[in-house]
Amino acid sequence: MIEVTVNGQTRRVDVAPDMPLLWVLRDELGITGPKYGCGIAQCGACTVHIDGRAARSCQARIGDLNGRNILTIEGLGPRSLHVVQQAWIEHQVPQCGYCQTGQIMQAVALLESHPQPSEEDVARVMSGNLCRCGTYLRIRAAIHAAAAKLQEN
Amino acid sequence: MVGSSSGLDRRSFLIGSIAAAGGVVFGPYAFARAAGIQSGDALASINPWVRITPQTITLFTPHADVGQGAVAAQALLIAEEMDLEPGQFETGFGPRNPAYYNDALADELVPFLSIDHTPAAEEARAAARKMIKDNGTQMTGGSSTIANCYTRWRQAGATARETLKAAASKRTGVPAAALRTASGAVILPNGRKIPYQDLAADAATIPAVQDVELRAPSQWRLIGKPTQRLDIKGKVTGELRFGIDQAVLGMVHATIKMNPRKGAPLESFDASKAERMRGVRKILPITHGLAVVASNTWYAMQAANAVEYHWAAASDYPPEQAQHWAAVAASFRPQSVDKVWRNDGDVEAALSGAQVIAAEYRAPYVAHQPLEPLNAIAVVRDEGIELWTSHQMPEAVQGIAAAVTGHRPEQVVFHNQWAGGSFGHRLEFENIRAAVEIANTMRGTPVKVVFSREEDFLQDFPRQIGMARNRGVVRDRRIVAVDFHVAAVSAVGSQYKRMGAKATGPDPQGALGVGNLPYDIPNFRMTAYSVEGVSPCSSWRSVGASSNGFFADSFIDELLHAAGRDPLQGRIELCNSQLARNILQTVAEMSDWNGPLGNGRGRGIAFVDAFGVPVAEVIEVSVKSGGGIRIEKVWVAAAVGRVVDPVNFENLVQGGVIWGLGHAMNCELTYADGAVQQSNYHQHEGMRMFQCPPIEVRALEQGPVRGIGEPPVPPAAPALANAIFAATGRRLREMPFKKFVDFV
Repeated sequence: MIEVTVNGQTRRVDVAPDMPLLWVLRDELGITGPKYGCGIAQCGACTVHIDGRAARSCQARIGDLNGRNILTIEGLGPRSLHVVQQAWIEHQVPQCGYCQTGQIMQAVALLESHPQPSEEDVARVMSGNLCRCGTYLRIRAAIHAAAAKLQEN
Repeated sequence: MVGSSSGLDRRSFLIGSIAAAGGVVFGPYAFARAAGIQSGDALASINPWVRITPQTITLFTPHADVGQGAVAAQALLIAEEMDLEPGQFETGFGPRNPAYYNDALADELVPFLSIDHTPAAEEARAAARKMIKDNGTQMTGGSSTIANCYTRWRQAGATARETLKAAASKRTGVPAAALRTASGAVILPNGRKIPYQDLAADAATIPAVQDVELRAPSQWRLIGKPTQRLDIKGKVTGELRFGIDQAVLGMVHATIKMNPRKGAPLESFDASKAERMRGVRKILPITHGLAVVASNTWYAMQAANAVEYHWAAASDYPPEQAQHWAAVAASFRPQSVDKVWRNDGDVEAALSGAQVIAAEYRAPYVAHQPLEPLNAIAVVRDEGIELWTSHQMPEAVQGIAAAVTGHRPEQVVFHNQWAGGSFGHRLEFENIRAAVEIANTMRGTPVKVVFSREEDFLQDFPRQIGMARNRGVVRDRRIVAVDFHVAAVSAVGSQYKRMGAKATGPDPQGALGVGNLPYDIPNFRMTAYSVEGVSPCSSWRSVGASSNGFFADSFIDELLHAAGRDPLQGRIELCNSQLARNILQTVAEMSDWNGPLGNGRGRGIAFVDAFGVPVAEVIEVSVKSGGGIRIEKVWVAAAVGRVVDPVNFENLVQGGVIWGLGHAMNCELTYADGAVQQSNYHQHEGMRMFQCPPIEVRALEQGPVRGIGEPPVPPAAPALANAIFAATGRRLREMPFKKFVDFV
């Protein structure tokens, strides 16, 4: 049995220790916000936070995560939308939307480490998150809008 | 649909279908219709687009939503006429229904250029429309959704509105003419409001009012106004479930591996190690490969990787990429001519004795690879099949699934799902066949199959490979002759073949974006050649035009340069319509085309007409100190007749440009030993954020009402190549451009 905290709840799973967190979340716990896109950390669709840091859940082995804290999009704004989610809605970022939960989790982490990110910061950090529909301009605008909002608060 | 399928309803439970914005509605309607149940006493199915119960108003939006916003746009058109506000209704994809026929596809099916309005061409279009209507052909593609829905879906909404008024009139005795509607309610002259839901039972008992009038655009509340796309919130919270996120009670997980030499069989395999791996339930052969059933997708994928496979050699096409190119090059011959699509003036005479400018262009195979990998859930029972996945051709899904098991197509109940992108990928059936084949060996158990990204790449039928050999003559600063020869695989023909059908006549996609150039050039010939015996191919966002636009516009740029003309002004002077001139003038103004340009910078223009939408794009690039090229900015002008949702319009145009640029810069698929060598995104990246320029978009509401999903793609590659030429003097005649220049 491996025990992790997911979105504030303790969850126990009995799986192979080398199973990636992504597949524990999706197929064992039914938490489908983190998406399977590539399986090799090339697309970022599976991005979650592990102990407050953005991580590709397809690369995190569940056996290494005993006792760790996992945050997925489902736990990001359980009662009210996170500022980044609000900005995503305001800028109408998604097209197909499949990458967006990962984009948002990455953007939240970016703003936690760089509250006022430059264009270069955004490009550098967000270039690991692939969007096949091509919503990059709206992602960029939403991140800067969220940063401004967070600055106000 | 079959009566007994109502039995499936009771035994299948879809876990987690959501009631959030844009939520999916499963089952009851499909099954009620399937069982031949007419509107019950409290259920008003006014028409195939509108269902009202005492609790809920559901608008059915049958066009697949692959990220283009089809659900929101369709709902908007219905809601406009119904006087519904966003938030007052749910949406559902609806069952397979011939009423959802898409005759806006007709223009893409007939062997006539889009610019051809001769009686023969118009007759062929009318015949194609009739055929589609008679067959009830339901399909999403060819950027035809808006064209298909624009009038008919509003009529459906108006019918519902007038029927609800008639029901209210019957109940209250107030003449229908004295009633009005607003915000989901019928309003009596005294101001009393009857919510539509309260009229459901009454509306169910009266015939739908058919003679309705559509609102004038000046009265519109929703169409053309910036609105919140209905699916945005669910996609931002993660509540919206894509096909891959769905779960059915008792479901098992599976993955597959098929021969990477497409179409060739699995000769033998050794699964002894895989069978003993954790979580594995079953390993079974399927067509061309093997499936692993397990308790978790990852267990299935691990086990599939642990099997030893002996794949047969490629039999349908040559194993090496160089042989594919050789086959294309060998297709420029009389017996391979698909059609001479345009032959104005006397090209041979104009070329003879003149100084001929000639250039050869190439477009490689590229992959679709939407971010949601292929997947499907299937449960097979003796009495029928139930399927959950996203697909652009529901009717074909029924046929394909039924053919696997021996059921009849009408015994297949298909629940379309939100798609994590498509770009043409969800017009194929590998996931459907695999899911049904597996589920057929374990009847009664729902099976969810998920392709690994690697498998998705290896089984992806790519965009057509193609080459152009163009010739032209300029004299007295004018283009006097152009002779386009384009050899390419027919993606559509290849698709037909896989569906067991045969394409008849030449492929209109072979001419799209080149034969229909809206230019008057006195001697203009365009010949398309069919390339056979190479990789099977499939429709890729903008289909034929995705390569043809590059072949045609780049060469026009070369000729205008040779003629000593300004690229933009030169194109304007070639235009044969005021609309085409308007678009070019608009993009010239937006980009300040004649304005000053810094050192090491260049601007390129491209203009392509595809799927009935002419689009002009200007790109500005800079050359960095190390020689790397940076795309600084893009300007786009497009004419679509009517913009239904301006925010989504801009998003789609930007996305189309990014799609076109990213692949032109960075992507190709190459075959070696019969399989493609690229199997994940690091080898086929498209565009990432660091390369993404600002993209300014303007719509011209002129010309026919058309969709914008594909048309912004074709001009992107030539506009970039032309800009690089302007900045560096170097012509790029082959994609991907990164083989020749570095992008920073």
